[in-house]
Amino acid sequence: MTKTEFWQGNTACAEGALAAGCTFFGGYPITPSTEVAEHMALKLPKKKGIFVQMEDEIASMAAIIGAAWTGARVMTATSGPGFSLMMENIGFAAMTETPCVIVNIQRGGPSTGQPTMAAQGDMLQCRFGSHGDYSIIALCPASVQEMYELTARAFNLADQYRVPVFLMADEIVGHMRERITIPENLEHISRRELVPGRLPFQAENDLIPGFATFGKGHGVHVTGLTHDERGYPCATNPGVHAALVQRLVHKIEDATNAIADYDVINPDAGQVVVAYGAPVRTVQQVLHDGGGTDTGFLRLRTVWPFPKDALEKFSNAQVFVVPELNMGQIAREIERHVKVPVISLPRLGGDLHTPAELIKALEAHA
Amino acid sequence: MTFEDWFRKDRLPHIYCAGCGNGTIINCTLGAVDAMGWKKEQTVFISGIGCSSRAPGYIMTDSLHTTHGRALAFATGVKLANPALNIVVFTGDGDLAAIGGNHFIHACRRNIDITVICMNNQIYGMTGGQGSPTTPKGRLSTTTPYGSAEPAFDLCELAIAAGANYVARWTSYHVRELERAVKAGLENPGFSFIEAMTQCPTNFGRRNKFKQVADQVEYIKTHALLKAKRDRMIEQGEKVADDLFVIGELARRNRPAMGVKP
Repeated sequence: MTKTEFWQGNTACAEGALAAGCTFFGGYPITPSTEVAEHMALKLPKKKGIFVQMEDEIASMAAIIGAAWTGARVMTATSGPGFSLMMENIGFAAMTETPCVIVNIQRGGPSTGQPTMAAQGDMLQCRFGSHGDYSIIALCPASVQEMYELTARAFNLADQYRVPVFLMADEIVGHMRERITIPENLEHISRRELVPGRLPFQAENDLIPGFATFGKGHGVHVTGLTHDERGYPCATNPGVHAALVQRLVHKIEDATNAIADYDVINPDAGQVVVAYGAPVRTVQQVLHDGGGTDTGFLRLRTVWPFPKDALEKFSNAQVFVVPELNMGQIAREIERHVKVPVISLPRLGGDLHTPAELIKALEAHA
Repeated sequence: MTFEDWFRKDRLPHIYCAGCGNGTIINCTLGAVDAMGWKKEQTVFISGIGCSSRAPGYIMTDSLHTTHGRALAFATGVKLANPALNIVVFTGDGDLAAIGGNHFIHACRRNIDITVICMNNQIYGMTGGQGSPTTPKGRLSTTTPYGSAEPAFDLCELAIAAGANYVARWTSYHVRELERAVKAGLENPGFSFIEAMTQCPTNFGRRNKFKQVADQVEYIKTHALLKAKRDRMIEQGEKVADDLFVIGELARRNRPAMGVKP
């Protein structure tokens, strides 16, 4: 029988992680993400899991990567300033193909900014924040239900693609309380272990190598340096570097459609709103209230890799309108993929666009 | 088995300069690890960035060569997630005491059950000889061309103050004592810190008037002061010269430790 709860988004995130089999959480307190760590601190020891509060977010990221190599499903949670500190080791996780889940309950930035107010200002940072070329996966929940479900899915994606997966939530979704139905069964995709005869960084057809869990006798060398298929440093051979970086990018970008999760509403419309995270709620309200029957809605749950094919579902689109809690970070991405105008509707300061504001904007660009 | 059986022979030749002391310290460490009778598949070597941190790449166990200064934070994750694994960390003075200083004191405070070998050559070797937090006052480096103006860190005192269960300092000259100290560290539950003072002929010796490798080893040997002797000198009111450093077992205690094998 399914169970119904009335939970805060951050609680649902932690519960989704526990349901997905997360056994290691390393973190550092930061508003507005702290409840995720607090809930994990409460629950993990009872499940024989490990909660450790590290000395900073650099160490939190390091600790979860270390734990991941023992085979554990691992997670950390943070917000803007902590997210900036994590960038160094996020790059290490990308380079070493370490499965890990990073929750970012976004708040207003730059710098210390607005600790208790919502924003979506880290959407490009999660994609490009660490140095060098690589790809990642980012999911954006718009409800408490999705805080649970997308967190759980993040672990499957991390294990399947051997990549850092980001739950890019925001203060609104993290702190709102609403009813949630706990799914009876969750899909579980296991990490593929390295098989004898294959090298620890030798990719299979899906561009992903088998995982050489520590303690199993693989004798794997894991380094952030450019490495060959054996895992040995090979930092001055241009061919080895190019092949490695291209594989790190392609293993994710080539799987965009398999990873993609979005809803297409009113695909014949001429005017299309694209939204993810908390602003989805405003769009849903406007559609619910009947504001413009000629309004299409592309509602994204995966933002990276960007599901550009979703835009083509709106074959009559004359204009895309993109309300975001930033200065147009994803509007910029959409502009790369369409030939019609893209109107960015930035909203800064922590509040959502009101339905009236959105309707006004839609009328102005009808 | 001997210490040689722990090397990845297909990774040779190594990157260390002629006369570098790191190989000596790696041999002493592997000798102690071998004497523990540990299984290779249950042993993990972890490091950060720098000359010392290249060591795990030459050892045939599972190994994690991480980001600059962060080895102890990674090691904390590995050990807490799987306490059955034996963890040895290789680090250097720049990696541990500068960029990794905060992780160092917190790993000592947690008293996590790992053994840390710090190869202290008092300089950044890999990047070409810049001053580090352990470069002695007045010594020359590419970033202290007029002599280091800052006081140096005493890493062992730092580890003791922060709570490490086992702390010892030896040198690349005192190989038997160093190997015994590493073994004592491996045996002792909790955080074990072994500092090995070592020569860097290419980047420290060359700039500080050590014409031969042996000159710098000789300097290290003659400036190492046994703890017992130092204590006696202090007791008798004798002045201990500023350019001497203390060697020996400096702490062995049984504070509760984290990540101990069940």
